[in-house]
Amino acid sequence: MSEAADAEGIAYKREHPARAALRRLFHHRLFVTGLILFGIIAGIAAAAPWIAGVDPQRLSMRNKFLPPGETWLFGTDNFGRSLWSRVVWGAQLSMVIGASVVALNAVFGTLIGAAAGYFRRLDNALMRVNDALMAFPAILLAIAVTSVLGPSTLNVILALSIVYIPRTARIVRSSVIVLREMEYVQAAVAAGAGHWRILRHHILPNAMAPMIVQLSFLFAYAVLSEATLSFLGVGAVPPTPTWGNIMAEGRDFMREAPWIITIPGVALMITVMGLNLLGDGLRDVLDPRLRIQQ
Amino acid sequence: MIGVAARRSLSAIPVLLIVSLISFGLMRLIPGDPAAAIAGVAATPAQIEQLRRDLGLDQPFHMQLLEYYGGLARGDLGRSLLLGKGVFAATMERLPVTIGLSLYALVFTLLIGIASGIVAALRQNSIIDQAAMMFAMIGISVPNFFLGLLMIILFAVHLGWLPSGGYVPFSQDPAGWLASTTMPAFSLALLQAGLLARITRSSMLEVLRQDYIRTARAKGLPQRQVILKHALANALIPIVTVVGIIVSLLLSGAVVTEALFSLPGMGQLLTQAVLSRDYPMVQGGLLLVTTFLVLVNITVDVLYALLDPRVRYE
Repeated sequence: MSEAADAEGIAYKREHPARAALRRLFHHRLFVTGLILFGIIAGIAAAAPWIAGVDPQRLSMRNKFLPPGETWLFGTDNFGRSLWSRVVWGAQLSMVIGASVVALNAVFGTLIGAAAGYFRRLDNALMRVNDALMAFPAILLAIAVTSVLGPSTLNVILALSIVYIPRTARIVRSSVIVLREMEYVQAAVAAGAGHWRILRHHILPNAMAPMIVQLSFLFAYAVLSEATLSFLGVGAVPPTPTWGNIMAEGRDFMREAPWIITIPGVALMITVMGLNLLGDGLRDVLDPRLRIQQ
Repeated sequence: MIGVAARRSLSAIPVLLIVSLISFGLMRLIPGDPAAAIAGVAATPAQIEQLRRDLGLDQPFHMQLLEYYGGLARGDLGRSLLLGKGVFAATMERLPVTIGLSLYALVFTLLIGIASGIVAALRQNSIIDQAAMMFAMIGISVPNFFLGLLMIILFAVHLGWLPSGGYVPFSQDPAGWLASTTMPAFSLALLQAGLLARITRSSMLEVLRQDYIRTARAKGLPQRQVILKHALANALIPIVTVVGIIVSLLLSGAVVTEALFSLPGMGQLLTQAVLSRDYPMVQGGLLLVTTFLVLVNITVDVLYALLDPRVRYE
């Protein structure tokens, strides 16, 4: 049946669903605001080698505690290091850690969630381990894991992935369980399609929407948790310029140089808020069930 | 009711078993020789050997596991290397501080979250609604340690109204306790308050659309009664389900808040244990906190069944 000869006989071209979703997204005010906020930080992070200027580790005791101004855009810290350079490189590290945690979650969350939701025999065992990992308070588990593995950027990524993959897997699993019982999946089974084909072509593409929403919030949690870990002293080792490290070092000087704390704090807030707005927009557009409640 | 409690408690058993296994396994994941790592660089080989024996790390793996569960059965969670006392005793000493802080933060969370959610829902799409949701968005986006730092700069350093850290036990001086915990509790509460405001708003909007609300209004009941008695009672049901999540977030957040405001609670205990490689303390403390959280979640589920009769018959 051609698209032009629809039930009502009205000639119109049906829009591709992905295109329709994109169009709705770009009309969603909050999503666009989030995209701009996140885009600014991501852009700064990507351009770090060209815009940071001086080395973030370069000490200059003559220039310590200079307030933000013309020569030093964001001022300097207790060692006379350029705060602009440190915050810019910190943005890059936050983005790298956030994106890595999201990527690991996308891969392993999907694998575990799909296995548990599709193969009933695996469900119980996988979900009990999942529940156990989710029972730990998130930050505490991340702290414990990084303390065992040793503080480093890579170990922070690993620790945050261990904490968040079970949450992603649970979301994928619940979509897969619903989709598995759909008639078109039953039809594919009846037509003799193998498990791999059914999962790849019939189930997972339809389970993507809630996962994409989850991943955008996860990016926010990961950036926030990384900052928290390094603020507590169990993240990337100082003097690595992470936002959490800069703020932890600035704590002792908050009377004379409050900008050391406030500037990376505001950068962190902009990133997290941008991602949260992005996630809200994606949820409104991609997940119709949740949209009704809004 | 009792059925729900029993079912939930039963399902918690495998979870707690795995939680205890993970806690046990953590210390064995230390790369290289755990005893050497715990003892530090300055330790002599004899000291390392001694520590290995004390921690039971010289035993074969299955014996270590047996010993561990034997200890758990006797209520023995191991001894803290740093404090030289039992993990259970050390945790119990610190727990009241964390529970007090979390309860205080929970009060802030419920007051701010539910009130702004209701106000936003009643004036949907108005300026008030947008302001409330903007506030909620800021709440869930500001890291609690950053908010805490800003509050210290403003209220402790510049205005000098509140102490920047330290702790006064409630039993000693209630006013002092209030002064020492107000900033931590508020900075801890804002994230959860933001979440709760959003959930309350959408739950209220859902309920306000129902026919029985229209009936209540049609028969001339005052607005106050319609909102507080008819709408809120039902809007609260989904809110109760997130209390478990809120408590979990509060406990997680308390770790950072306690470190920031130097409050001698569970969070500070565990952070210090991590930083000084007191692994028996980390392992036991993690297990205790998580068990506590699992119990809170069971209570929440039972409460849910109490509020919503439909759950009981599922």
